[in-house]
Amino acid sequence: MSSARNNLFVILSMFGVWQITYWAIGDLALRPPLDTIRNAWSLIGSEGFMAHLNETLQAFTFALAIAVTVGVALGFCLGMNRLAGEVGEPLLVSFYSLPKITLYPIVLLIFGIGMPSKVAFGAIHGIMPITIFTLGALRNLPPILGRTSKVLRLTRWQSVWTILFPAARPEIFTGLRLGFSLTLIGTLLGEMFASQRGIGFLLMQAIGLHDTDRIMALTFLIVGFAITASLMLLAINRHLRHGAA
Amino acid sequence: MNDTTIDAAVHVGLRGVTRVFGTDPKTRVEALGPIDLDLRKGEFFAVVGPSGCGKSTLFDIVAGLSPATEGRAVFEGHELNGRAVPEGIGVVFQEDASFAWLNVADNVAFGLRRAGLGEAEITRRVDDTLTFMGLRDFAAAYPSQLSGGMRQRVCIARTLVQRPRLILLDEPFGALDQQTRLIMGEELLKLWRETGATVLLITHALDEAAMLADRVGVMSARPGRIIDVVETPWGKDRDSRVVSDPRFGEITAHLWTRLRDESMAALSHKAA
Repeated sequence: MSSARNNLFVILSMFGVWQITYWAIGDLALRPPLDTIRNAWSLIGSEGFMAHLNETLQAFTFALAIAVTVGVALGFCLGMNRLAGEVGEPLLVSFYSLPKITLYPIVLLIFGIGMPSKVAFGAIHGIMPITIFTLGALRNLPPILGRTSKVLRLTRWQSVWTILFPAARPEIFTGLRLGFSLTLIGTLLGEMFASQRGIGFLLMQAIGLHDTDRIMALTFLIVGFAITASLMLLAINRHLRHGAA
Repeated sequence: MNDTTIDAAVHVGLRGVTRVFGTDPKTRVEALGPIDLDLRKGEFFAVVGPSGCGKSTLFDIVAGLSPATEGRAVFEGHELNGRAVPEGIGVVFQEDASFAWLNVADNVAFGLRRAGLGEAEITRRVDDTLTFMGLRDFAAAYPSQLSGGMRQRVCIARTLVQRPRLILLDEPFGALDQQTRLIMGEELLKLWRETGATVLLITHALDEAAMLADRVGVMSARPGRIIDVVETPWGKDRDSRVVSDPRFGEITAHLWTRLRDESMAALSHKAA
């Protein structure tokens, strides 16, 4: 209950800061919160919006599925093999710190303009944090768990599935939360720079027309979606950590 | 070379067992042995020794977790080769090995589920074990909600529920306070009496060894060898009150006399 109250307080504070910033800057660059909510509502009801939203959600879902599958699998492969982990981790961290946007021309050359490149670009953003967190989660597991799986006479697969994965799950899930946000960013960036459909495309179009109402409404919807999803994932993460605390 | 035959009546037998880590002459470590030791079926045997003498290495070899470099280690006639832990051996470690994501009942049932027992049999055995270990009221609790002593009890229960014929304990009460250790020691004696299992306890606490064991093996500094085996006069119904028996002081004093020089040797090893 107090957590819900804290969240509400944070949201109201953000609206307050937004309103104050609007008073300070004015109509040139911002719209006030209430106007933005109204604009967002009418944008949702406008013709064609749902098709764009559907396009973005589809690309994001595929990208996230790829990021989670590849990230967790790669993290397990590197985390279970010490040598592979020691070789792979510095490469992963270097790649993680690279501005991914510099790779976008190559992604476009490989996948072309459209859904595949958006999915690929979104997945590239999500895979790294998920892999790094999965690798770290496995590496930080206490060695006693490995010895315990031996004395319980588990096979390698049983050991991974029934002991190592559940023990590493809270930290892996933290990586998934981060991967979720970065995959969303990657997908939207993909739509902004080389796409004819999707929320990112609408945003780029609004920027081109200097349509501040639309820019603010779209940003509000994207941020609203990201915060809601993040809070839900955080709640699941807390639930998972309850047992591991 | 010594005679490597092991009598069929011996529950666990070690003949000329050694353990060497590494092959490079400059860095290789002779950790253990040679050790000859017989554990009789149903006896409670404790091993004490100076820090770093190879107690845990000995434990790993008997548990089937690590192979001997030389010699033979046998449990119920089966060679212990370090590749797998044989059926019938239950192990409790010093560290907390409870599974944080499972509640107490599921922790205890874990091994039985992996072994493919029926759910009714699992429920019956888990209930019996939880009652025996005084954990019945905590069946739905998670390890994070329990004290260190209670978590160690969960680990013992998880081992016990599988009805091992040989129970191996590697300093299981090492992280607990003195009062809890005494109580846990009494519970250990109770479960030993009721299960009839053979128990091998590795400990650094001389009083714990003297109170719990039928026989106490004293190990030398590295490479650890058994330099003395001390028999205790307590009956099977013993409990923590034996600490007030005058003979208890004599036994612990004798153990310390045997151990003192070895501990000094172990310390000078470390300093070097």
